[in-house]
Amino acid sequence: MGLLSSVIPAKAGIHRPTVSLGRTLWSWISGFAGMTMFLSSPAYAAGGTADIPAWVALAYLAAGVLFILALRGLSSPETSRAGNRFGMLGMLIAVVTTLVTHEIASLVEILIAIGIGGLIGFVVAQRIAMTAMPQLVAAFHSLVGMAAVLVAAAAYMNPGAFGITDAAGVLLPVSRVEMGLGVAIGAITFSGSVIAFLKLNGNMSGAPILLPGRHVINLGTLAVILGLIVYFYFVGSPRIDTPWLFWTVTGLAFLVGFLLIIPIGGADMPVVVSMLNSYSGWAAAAMGFTLGNTAMIITGALVGSSGAILSYIMCRAMNRKFLAVIAGGFGAESGGGGAAAATDRPWKRGSAEDAAFLMKQAENVIIVPGYGMAVAQAQHVLREMTDMLKEEGVNVKFAIHPVAGRMPGHMNVLLAEANVPYDEVFELEDINSEFGQADIAFVIGANDVTNPAAKTDKSSPIYGMPILDVEKAKTVLFVKRSMGGVGYAGVDNDVFYMDNTMMLLGDAKKMSEEIIKNLD
Amino acid sequence: MDFISILSVFVMACFVGYYVVWSVTPALHTPLMSVTNAISSVIIVGALIAAAAGDAVGGEAAKWLGLAGVVLASINIFGGFAVTERMLAMYKKKERPSRERGEA
Repeated sequence: MGLLSSVIPAKAGIHRPTVSLGRTLWSWISGFAGMTMFLSSPAYAAGGTADIPAWVALAYLAAGVLFILALRGLSSPETSRAGNRFGMLGMLIAVVTTLVTHEIASLVEILIAIGIGGLIGFVVAQRIAMTAMPQLVAAFHSLVGMAAVLVAAAAYMNPGAFGITDAAGVLLPVSRVEMGLGVAIGAITFSGSVIAFLKLNGNMSGAPILLPGRHVINLGTLAVILGLIVYFYFVGSPRIDTPWLFWTVTGLAFLVGFLLIIPIGGADMPVVVSMLNSYSGWAAAAMGFTLGNTAMIITGALVGSSGAILSYIMCRAMNRKFLAVIAGGFGAESGGGGAAAATDRPWKRGSAEDAAFLMKQAENVIIVPGYGMAVAQAQHVLREMTDMLKEEGVNVKFAIHPVAGRMPGHMNVLLAEANVPYDEVFELEDINSEFGQADIAFVIGANDVTNPAAKTDKSSPIYGMPILDVEKAKTVLFVKRSMGGVGYAGVDNDVFYMDNTMMLLGDAKKMSEEIIKNLD
Repeated sequence: MDFISILSVFVMACFVGYYVVWSVTPALHTPLMSVTNAISSVIIVGALIAAAAGDAVGGEAAKWLGLAGVVLASINIFGGFAVTERMLAMYKKKERPSRERGEA
C-alpha cells in the first residue's frame, strides 16, 4: 500500500516540464527569494514611503513565498492540506504586517469589515453544495475583481496614503498606468465573472448571445481603454485636468467584461472560469505594482499563471483554440450535423437488471462519469454501487476526462465527496489504454467525451478532441436520460448504436439505485 | 520599490507560478482554483491602507471604498480557504488496504 500511494500521485500530472521538478523548484525558489531581498532592501525609497523598515519588505516576501508553497502542496492530496495552511499563514502575515505598519485611524471599522466579510465567506463555504463549486468560484472571482476596482479607486482618490505622489501631491505617471490597468482588469473580471456566475447558476441561458459586429465593438472598446490609459500617463494633474478619465476607463471596462462573456456558450464555461481566474490574478498583480508590494505581485503572478495554464489544459482537452473560445458562439450554429439521422438508427435498450447481471459477472469495470451525474446528484449512489461490485470481487476504476464537469477537476471533487478513494480515480491519459481490457465501460452523465467521431470524422465539431476510448470495452453501458438529447457540442454519438452498447435510459440516480437493488 | 525591481519580482514569480502550477495534480484543479481565489485576495492589503488613512483630501471617500474592499476581500479570504479546506478533507485513499489489494 505504501508503495502504491507513493506512485500514484507522482504520475498523475499531465505534461511535466521536467522530471525532477521538486528539486529544481526548490533551488528556483531559494534563488528567487535571495534575489528579491537584494532588490528590495535599498530601493524602497521611491514615492514618499521612505522609512519602511526592511522587516516589512521581508514579511511581505515571506507571505509571497508561503503562497507559492500553498500551490506547491497541491501536487498531491497528501500534502495539500498543509499547503492550504501555508496559504492561510501567508495571508495572516500580509494582513498583520499592513495593520501594524500603518497609522490606523479606523481600526474598529476595519475589524467590523473583516468580521462581516469573514462571516459571510465562512458560512457560504460551509453550506455550498459541491455541485455548485463552479458558480461559487465565479462569484469569488467577481469579488476579487470588484475589490481591485475599489482599491484602485481609493488609491486614485487618496494617492497620498499609498505613497504614490510626487512632491507636489500629484499622482505619479507610472502609478497612473498601473492603476489604470488594475482598475480595467479588475472591472473586466468583475462583470465577466458575474455573467459567468449567472450562466453557471442557471439564472441566464447558457446559449451564446451574439451581437452583430461584436468583435469590432469589443476590440474597439479595449483599444479605447488602452488609449485612455496612455493619455492618463501624459496629463499634467489627472484629478484637475481630466477628472472624467479614470471613471470612464472603469465604466468601459465593466462594459467590455460583460460583452466579452455573453457570446460564450455553456460548453466553454470551464475555459471561461479558468480565464477569469487568471484575470483576477493579473488585477491583483497590477495593484501590487501600484503599491510596490511583493506579496501582491508574487500572488498575482501565481494566480495569473495558474488560470492561464488551466485555460490551456481545458482548451487542449476540447481541441479548441483559446482565441476561438474567447470569440464565442460555440454551440449556437451546430446542432445539425450527425444529429439529424439520430433516431433512425437501431440501438439496444437494456434494463437495470441486465446491467446488474453484466457487471456482477465482469472482472474489470471502468466508470466514466460526466456532468449529468452531478446534475442528478448520483455520485453517492454510484459509490454504493461500486462498493457492492467490489464485494463481488469486481475491479472498479473511474476515468475522468479533463473537461468532464463545469470546471477543471470538478468530477474529482464530486467523487471525493462521495468517498470514492482518489487512488481509484484516473485521468484520461493514465487509463485510456485500459479500456481494451475492460469488460464493461459504464458511462454515466457523459457524452461528448466518449464520442469516437472526435477521432474519425473530420467534419465533426469535436474532431481532434482527445476522448475516452469506451468503444474498446467489451460492453458499453450508457446511462442517458433519453435518446433524443445530444451533448453540449450538439453532435450524435456513434457509441449509442454499436452492437456491444446497451442504452440504460433514465435518470442517472434512479438508474444507479435500480442497479443496486438488482445487485442484492 | 522602484519599477525595475518590482518588474523583476513579477517576471520571476510568473516563472515560478508556471512550474508550480504544472506540478499540481489534475485531480486537485478545483481546489487549486479556490485557493488561488483566496490568495489573490491579498489585495486586501491595498484596501486596508485606504481604509486606515482618513485625513487627506479625498481621504474620507477613499476610506469607505477601502472598507468596502476589505469586506469583499474578507469574504474571499475566509470563504476561499474554508471551502478549499473542506474539499481537501474529502480526498481519501482506500480505507481497507489489505482487502482491496486481495480483490485487485
